[in-house]
Amino acid sequence: MTTILVFVEHKNGSPRRASLEALGAAAGTGLETVALVTGAGAAQAAAALGTHGAKRVIVVTGADTYSPDGTAADLAAAAQANAAKAFVAAASATGKDLLGRVAGLLDCAPFADCTGFKLEGGAFTVVRPIMAGKAIMTAQSDSPVLCATLRPNTFPVVTAGAPAAVSQTATKGGKVSVTAVAAKGDAKLDVKEAPVVVAGGRGLRDAAGFKVVEDLAAAFGNAAVGASRAVVDAGWRSHGEQVGQTGKTVAPQLYIAVGVSGAIQHLAGMRTSKVIVAVNKDAAAPIFKVADYGIVGDAFEVLPVLTEAVKKARASS
Amino acid sequence: MRIIACVKRVPLTDAAVKIGADGKSIDNAGFEYMLSFYDELAVEEAIRTKEKHAGSEVTVLTIGPSECSKELRECLAKGADKAVILTDANWASRDARSAARVLADKIKELGADVVFCGRVATDRDQGAVGPMLSSYLGAACVTDVVKLDLGPTGGTAQRETEAGIETVAFPLPAVITCDKGLNEPRFAGLKGIMAAKKKTIDESKAADIPNVARVVKMELPPPRKAGRIVGEGAAAVPALMEALRNEAKVL
Repeated sequence: MTTILVFVEHKNGSPRRASLEALGAAAGTGLETVALVTGAGAAQAAAALGTHGAKRVIVVTGADTYSPDGTAADLAAAAQANAAKAFVAAASATGKDLLGRVAGLLDCAPFADCTGFKLEGGAFTVVRPIMAGKAIMTAQSDSPVLCATLRPNTFPVVTAGAPAAVSQTATKGGKVSVTAVAAKGDAKLDVKEAPVVVAGGRGLRDAAGFKVVEDLAAAFGNAAVGASRAVVDAGWRSHGEQVGQTGKTVAPQLYIAVGVSGAIQHLAGMRTSKVIVAVNKDAAAPIFKVADYGIVGDAFEVLPVLTEAVKKARASS
Repeated sequence: MRIIACVKRVPLTDAAVKIGADGKSIDNAGFEYMLSFYDELAVEEAIRTKEKHAGSEVTVLTIGPSECSKELRECLAKGADKAVILTDANWASRDARSAARVLADKIKELGADVVFCGRVATDRDQGAVGPMLSSYLGAACVTDVVKLDLGPTGGTAQRETEAGIETVAFPLPAVITCDKGLNEPRFAGLKGIMAAKKKTIDESKAADIPNVARVVKMELPPPRKAGRIVGEGAAAVPALMEALRNEAKVL
């Protein structure tokens, strides 16, 4: 039987949500879904995948130290051994890194950061924004294995099914190894994966001005801080938080832009967010053209009040 | 050290996009071009690596039209030694696999200890060519690098992921894709600009490897539903909360 291979990332045995979304999208094709997990805690992660769409799970052993090229070789081998019609992963830093490697090993076309993925009449169709979202490409592949990463926060997680059959395979090993990971501050969410993003721009005056943005993000509990290019270039925030054409493209449930004017490069990076809120002093700022809801006003007056309102709403829900 | 920087010419990031008449392409009429932002970082890192390792040579490699000699000349002015254009009239629509294979063949021919690429080209947003190259070359690869320490036989690099900063050890030969934060690209000086006039830009036709990624449709993103200003200042917060809770249902 033909299968679809999914790479599932996990943190100490707990699968990442973006990977479960990819698993859900794969299961949605109706093909037999084979998940591959690697690293310390892989067996624990494997046990959780059957109820999220996996029929079978391959646990890679001997890979407690992560090797990207080793993992790519394991994935390419698994794709071939299981007659996979497609290989998918989350469009995370790790997933995007693996995509090119695996596509190269299988000599197939890669499709990064897809927002649409389906199998119809035996052919896969993918949808992916290009030029940071200024155009949307629908494509098909003439390669034997469709290789794709799927944009986080775009595909639903499936919660049904029975425990998957788990098998083990030894890693092929690689030349490159991750020797250390310096974790971010306690449970800080990544701007690409967070369901809520509160982004700040030059309207916050200086680096210290981001306090109001951080406070609002903290009030949500599930929010990440984002930043415009201008403030990253000014050194107020790290590049990891930059949203836009030379940063990250995000699609959260709720995007709140504070003091962000809305340059075309920034809009490209966040315009597929489900709901956009803009707070800006300048009523003519381009950000209001894409916002669902706008407040014309000073961030330092509006945000503390909004933060309190969000705290209250969360306490009462 | 034999160093190659792979670069791509892309439309300016503030370019407005129009869809081609066939409904499957971008209309590139009127586009102005630049080197992809991250490729500037790749060129800079290549030159810095040359400066640190005596006897090194930097070649800048691209697939594109002859006109991109303009961008390559700038790389030469900054300190690259040679430039190679693999010419292709349909360069903008060449898929990642085809590009990676053509580049890999040229890199094998030229020989390289380290290949620098940008993290992603800002037109197709794939970020795939660098790691694909490494698979075709059988070379090590580290992507999205923000800090690099390169020795004669290998090195360590740092990259930013959702989990934090990864430290990665790798041997040479290697493909390194460069992310913002790795360096600040220099500007070409007058001396460099003069010197660049004497450097050669080698042109040869890129091999025709047909695309396997087939574009079915190209369209502009759907316009967002018109929004509204809920009010002014802090007094508008209750109206916003009401809209988020009951209308948008995101709270």
